[in-house]
Amino acid sequence: MTSSPTRQVLLVATRKGAWLFHGNAGRDTWTVDGPHFLGHNISHVQLDPRDGRTLLAAAKTGHLGPTVFRSTDLGKTWKEASRPPAFDKPSNPLPARAVDHTFWLTPGHASERDTWYAGTSPQGLFRSEDGGISWTPLPAVNDDPQFREWMGTVQDGTPDGPKLHSIIVDPRDPAHLLFGMSGGGVHESRDAGRSWTPLIEGMEVVQGFDAATVTFHDPHCVRLCPSHPDRLYQQNHCGIYRLDRPGKTWQRIGRSMPAEVGDIGFPMLVHPHDADTAWVFPMDGTDVWPRTSPAGRPAAYVTRDGGRSWQRLDQGLPRQQAWWTVKRQAMTVDTVPAPALYLGTTSGELWIGHDGGARWSPIAQHLPEIYAVEVAALK
Amino acid sequence: MPSALRSYTGAPQVEAAGETLHALFDDLEQRYPGLRFRVVDEQQRLRPNMRIFVNGLGVRDLGHALQPDDFVAIVLALSGG
Repeated sequence: MTSSPTRQVLLVATRKGAWLFHGNAGRDTWTVDGPHFLGHNISHVQLDPRDGRTLLAAAKTGHLGPTVFRSTDLGKTWKEASRPPAFDKPSNPLPARAVDHTFWLTPGHASERDTWYAGTSPQGLFRSEDGGISWTPLPAVNDDPQFREWMGTVQDGTPDGPKLHSIIVDPRDPAHLLFGMSGGGVHESRDAGRSWTPLIEGMEVVQGFDAATVTFHDPHCVRLCPSHPDRLYQQNHCGIYRLDRPGKTWQRIGRSMPAEVGDIGFPMLVHPHDADTAWVFPMDGTDVWPRTSPAGRPAAYVTRDGGRSWQRLDQGLPRQQAWWTVKRQAMTVDTVPAPALYLGTTSGELWIGHDGGARWSPIAQHLPEIYAVEVAALK
Repeated sequence: MPSALRSYTGAPQVEAAGETLHALFDDLEQRYPGLRFRVVDEQQRLRPNMRIFVNGLGVRDLGHALQPDDFVAIVLALSGG
């Protein structure tokens, strides 16, 4: 286990800017730094764990095209990428595409200093090998006719655009990569992104559609357990799943959630040191998909036995008439031995769940709609 | 220049050269790195909600020919929220 860091910083991306919250050692007092990029739609902010001070922020505005900002001094100053993620001109008859926004940022493997990955909307996968200054498209995904069929068109996606997300780098092997597409399934590469294999067996799709068709699969968030990298958890449009490699079949572990809550949601968290422990934050996926907390009573749910059972964690959260929810990137967990959870709501509230979500306390209110929350230990 | 682009130019009005709007944006990119991609996408299309007026007339074709002393205005269409 890692020793307790002296300070945690929360990286909060919102519809109208980014904020950093610096915590004290007890994680009970937080100092706000922001707004950064006021008025910009910030999809994701990530700290480079390899140097502990470089930040990347994925940005666009209501009018201006997408870009990536980079800071090497923890947000004191920012500089724009010289070549943000952008699709190539088509080399085949497929329609040309333009990046609307960069949605997801993942630092590369510990051994590959300055490598980053980005997922975009419409779905595209990009790599930077210079710390996020310039980005190169991965043609085996972006320009592959089969992938493009699975992705569909922008019209096939969610209202704010189809996403490539959950980019995972295996901590044991920099060439072993995974990502999810909403919609378009989960995909795995063993050769650093030159070739990919769908990983959808066992995943369910909306009733009436064929589960063998990759395009119908809608993973919302996929996580790899750092303490046991052969184990993956997934929150999907159609349930919560676990996959233990080298197995290939996802097991729907959300069946053991309370029936009145269901197993629909967006975020998925894994414990930093215990692969049997994972968290979700359910939402109402009935009727027209309100995407609110079920019955207006928000709660996280935790499993401590790999998904065989789940317990509700709502102490400190509103008990009624709270209609917010949590987006797929807006919930995270720190890496101390008794980790805390952090979540940002669609209503602009930032919460900490001490002791693995057992006790929730507000950190901030009145922020814009929160898109993403990351936590990092400062060195 | 709309206010959203003045972080690049530092001024509401600048001079740049080009025989077409494409060439004009190439010149602007040289002078103000990063500006072009915020306005023109990687497929050389004007981004949604952007409008360009040349001497007061709306133009969407970035191949539009320019004359010396033309006045080019970049306008961000109003949107809510």
